[in-house]
Amino acid sequence: MRRRSSFAFRAGLAITLFMVIMAVAAHFWTPHDPADMDITIRLQPPSLIHPFGTDHFGRDVFSIIMAGSRITLGVALAAVMIGLGIGVPLGLVAGAFHGRIADDAVLRANDLIFAFPALLTAILIAARFGPGAYTVIIAIGLFNIPVFARISRAASLPLWHRDFIRAAFLAGKGKGLISVEHILPNIAHLLIVQASIQFSLAILAEAGLSYIGLGVQPPAPSWGRLLADSQTMVSISPYPVVMAGLAIMLTVLGFNLLADGLKKRYIRTREVII
Amino acid sequence: MTMLAYLVRKAVFLAASLLMASLVVFALIEVIPGDPATYMLGINARADTLAALRAELGLDVSAPARYWHWISGMITGDFGISYTYRVPVLDIVIERLAVSVPLALYALVLAITMAFPAAMAAAHYQGSRGDRALLAITQFGIAVPNFWLAILLVYLFSLVLGWFSAGGFNGWSEGISAGMKALTLPAVALALPQAAILSRVMREALIDTMREDYIRTARAKGLTRFQALLYHGFRNALIPVLTILGMQFSFLLAGAIIIENVFFLPGLGRLVFQAIAQRDLILVESVVFLLMVAVMIVTFIVDIAYAFVDPRIRRSRA
Repeated sequence: MRRRSSFAFRAGLAITLFMVIMAVAAHFWTPHDPADMDITIRLQPPSLIHPFGTDHFGRDVFSIIMAGSRITLGVALAAVMIGLGIGVPLGLVAGAFHGRIADDAVLRANDLIFAFPALLTAILIAARFGPGAYTVIIAIGLFNIPVFARISRAASLPLWHRDFIRAAFLAGKGKGLISVEHILPNIAHLLIVQASIQFSLAILAEAGLSYIGLGVQPPAPSWGRLLADSQTMVSISPYPVVMAGLAIMLTVLGFNLLADGLKKRYIRTREVII
Repeated sequence: MTMLAYLVRKAVFLAASLLMASLVVFALIEVIPGDPATYMLGINARADTLAALRAELGLDVSAPARYWHWISGMITGDFGISYTYRVPVLDIVIERLAVSVPLALYALVLAITMAFPAAMAAAHYQGSRGDRALLAITQFGIAVPNFWLAILLVYLFSLVLGWFSAGGFNGWSEGISAGMKALTLPAVALALPQAAILSRVMREALIDTMREDYIRTARAKGLTRFQALLYHGFRNALIPVLTILGMQFSFLLAGAIIIENVFFLPGLGRLVFQAIAQRDLILVESVVFLLMVAVMIVTFIVDIAYAFVDPRIRRSRA
């Protein structure tokens, strides 16, 4: 059992590292220009020059996927950062002032955001403010806030009764300083696991929004858009569709495996973290 | 806490969520970025057309007055008149619900029929090769984007094998079986990833309940391990599973936007999408709010259902 889980963890780590390296590399180099159209070589099967074939505009699918990883991972990273940056402080405040108005307000606001259907709200935001990377980041990031707020609050509550926190009080530290210096480092492992889960969810959401045309706009390369553009050609050449989908699935799988592995490594209790 | 107090508390939260949702939708559509009439008609619209639309939208009155007009209309069943279709929004919504609700239910039933038996078998034979296979397969199931799955299903089952049509829906007039057939591929595409999540949660919950004392008691009474799982473990495992089911139904109803687009199904999701593309804000505002209402009511029902499944919940959660 233990050996298998560590295999899954290593696989997750390998996939995510590969994707991150690909995204960084795409910043400097792709085999072809991902926006370069050449209709004479449209819908070609994989070859040495075009390892994943070409789409119906004659663009190199491998280059689009490489360049698309940059946007997908970038959007997901920014969305998770919004959740961490706003959600964690809110959760820490709620935990520090447990049972008081601040705690109550954070909890109620969390419940309200959770009550909204995420995809629908994201679509509404994207539609009203115009499609684009920033809209997608905000739409996805918004729903990450309550996730991180809830987990930071729940994880910090039991810590406030521990001896080392009492010692910190005796040392004259205030609740704010204790939250940053003592609570945060002790809940960081949970935040990392959750960040990995939210990362995979953000990738799926970004792909979905791009697929229906609300994500980054052409000519910016994107996995969801490549899928949407190529789907009518699937019977002539399935490669663009298959490769774009595989890229999404593999990345999501990688972050999920990473989260599972980290969870097993860090969290001994069987308590389910929401 | 009594059952009644629990119900009241949940009802108050439902009311607060609905109020919040209406305010957010109204603010997003009508208040934040400038003039909705200009947005709907584009910047090159003629002044008199613009004025006519403004009058139709009631933009000459203040935002609170407009909000009140909109929300009181929603309550009395007057959802406004669609700007592009020129028919009452309510009529379009009812027509589209005939696709979206059956699709969501179909997908949910498929997901449950796949997930429950698989999860029970995996929990019973925990650690076996089959259990590990289920865990591995479901990892892929969770990661697969459902719209990609949908495209692959269309490719395989309609373009290559020719068993199903590639999309579209001719209504229920041709009979239930024809309608169901048209909804099968979309339902499968929606159900498979959901089934993966559901079976993992169910398996985990079953394994947790199998450690409880009442299972030992049941075994001591002479039940086999599987009987104990079936009669006692299953019901208790339903609590976390219900949470997921509620979320999934909401997702299937509101989140079918993408799948309905892949299959060109005339459902609510596609309606929202088309309305956005046509800048028909009256339609978007009312339909999005209705979908949110539906999702929130489903959540409410699930909360109530918990309390019936597990009396501990209505007592413990203050």
